[in-house]
Amino acid sequence: MKKNLRRLLPYLPLYAMMLPGMIYLFINNYIPMAGIVIAFKKYNVNSGIFGSPWVGLENFKFLFGTNDAFIILRNTLLYNVAFILINNLAGVVLAIILSDVLNKRLRSLYQSSLLLPFLISIVVVSYIVFALLSQENGMMNHTLLPLLGKEPVAWYSTPKYWPVILTLTHLWKGVGYGTLIYIAAISGIDGTLFEAAALDGASKWQQITRITLPFLIPAVITLLILNVGKIFFSDFGLFYQVPQDSGSLYPVTNTIDTYVYRALISAGGIGRSAAASVFQSVVGFLMVMTTNWIVRKTSAENAIF
Amino acid sequence: MILSKGQKIYQAVIHLILTLVTLSMVLPLLLFMSSITEENSLIVNGYSLFPKKFSLYAYLYILNNSATLVRAYGISLFVTAAGTSGCLLLSTLTAFPLSLKNLPGRRFFSFFVFFTMLFSGGLVPSYIMWTTWFGIRNTIWAYILPNFLLGAFNVILVRTYMSNSIPFELYEAANIDGASYPCIYLRIALPLSKPILVTVGLFSGLAYWNDWTNAQYYISDARMLSVQALLNRMVQDIQALLANTSANSGALMETPQVSIRMAIAFVAIIPILILYPFLQKYFADGVMLGAIKG
Repeated sequence: MKKNLRRLLPYLPLYAMMLPGMIYLFINNYIPMAGIVIAFKKYNVNSGIFGSPWVGLENFKFLFGTNDAFIILRNTLLYNVAFILINNLAGVVLAIILSDVLNKRLRSLYQSSLLLPFLISIVVVSYIVFALLSQENGMMNHTLLPLLGKEPVAWYSTPKYWPVILTLTHLWKGVGYGTLIYIAAISGIDGTLFEAAALDGASKWQQITRITLPFLIPAVITLLILNVGKIFFSDFGLFYQVPQDSGSLYPVTNTIDTYVYRALISAGGIGRSAAASVFQSVVGFLMVMTTNWIVRKTSAENAIF
Repeated sequence: MILSKGQKIYQAVIHLILTLVTLSMVLPLLLFMSSITEENSLIVNGYSLFPKKFSLYAYLYILNNSATLVRAYGISLFVTAAGTSGCLLLSTLTAFPLSLKNLPGRRFFSFFVFFTMLFSGGLVPSYIMWTTWFGIRNTIWAYILPNFLLGAFNVILVRTYMSNSIPFELYEAANIDGASYPCIYLRIALPLSKPILVTVGLFSGLAYWNDWTNAQYYISDARMLSVQALLNRMVQDIQALLANTSANSGALMETPQVSIRMAIAFVAIIPILILYPFLQKYFADGVMLGAIKG
């Protein structure tokens, strides 16, 4: 024992260096993990997380007894599926054609403009959407719809438009990120492959389908695993800020994350909030493990861990 | 390079597509032109991409009632600077030992970091912990501490960079010369990791500047609002802007209800628009680095 400790002595400064970070992760991440027990308790402020009485699965029974559970699950999953498909498809297409642009200056101009919305906070994005859709002053109602000879629409109280609005907003904000990742993957392809293919008379389309796409598959799979692993999580800002927390839109904008927040701040909602949150964490964890396990079985080199 | 006719057509088509894409990325931002549009013209014509009647009234109004906004800007700048420095310090301090192959317990500590990416306790326990145990409500700590100070992803990025691009022999040589580990960290590991530090710093700074969630959870005091939090509050109540203004100075000018929203939102993205041209290369590099797994 003593010998072992002496062996560790030279490394003491290294452990000391890691200590602040480890303490932070312990507090910020691990204590809340233990705190998931709250979903099985009837929380009251005075007894705290660990002192409150157990109630078994009551919070979950309550949560899944409401219609909300179905709506938030459906919304979270469907939006994520749409986002994953549309953003990755757009990202791949844009990356392929961007990589083919010969004019370097224009290429970097296109690329910078693609990434710009990614840097803007979702609160500011919600202002931009508001400027488009505001019922009294929005550009849609004032300029675009009259141009088409259509009547103004009360956007913030008409649910049916929001699946499209949110999908477009998410595409606008996120497409640059995915595109850049795919560009990185494409730039890793040996250029002589294309030259040889062109010499052999391969058309542009053939080069894309036979060379570029096969090389992109690992990157696509990696992004897909990451996305599918997060399929029970939603961008709180997108679903809370952009629809401006409008109650009449909840049927199409309420996701697990917005539900957790709204239940948390509502009186007596802490139990169902915790239940939804723990459900999300546990199922999310299983999703990451499962997708990664499947990928490791089929193409080990693409697995994340 | 001489292009065949087919290649010329292909180039023309992709330029056309990319021009349309670029326009759809940038045009929505032109809605900020509404902030330099005269208020009445805005009420008649609605928000638009081009000012029909030019006016700087909204910005004059902000200047005249700047107490809240200046305070919010100060809070955002301080939080961004402090948070980013803290993030860089903690990430590198944690990542450096993990990048050393000979560290006993390396696997355990790496897993300790990595596992936080797989599982989370969620909002409710964190919220209760930060408010009841640490009492961060309505303090500056509420902006800095929860979630953003140190992320597993950053640690892994830095660790991978250090172990891949700094030759281990360099450390051994320094060790033989009698350099201690903290000295090696300061003199060798940090200077040689500059590219990844720029990337991690940029993303951390962006996260802090753009965050509104911590304020949503933990801040209710109108004097503690950051820029994003102020904007968030102004969605419901334009008067949030006047929270720190004495009653009589606010009454001097009429509030331009419509244009001012866009003016404040624009003010919030000014730092990003100014820095982006200089930093875009690092952003792009960062996204690509992030794509390469650890």
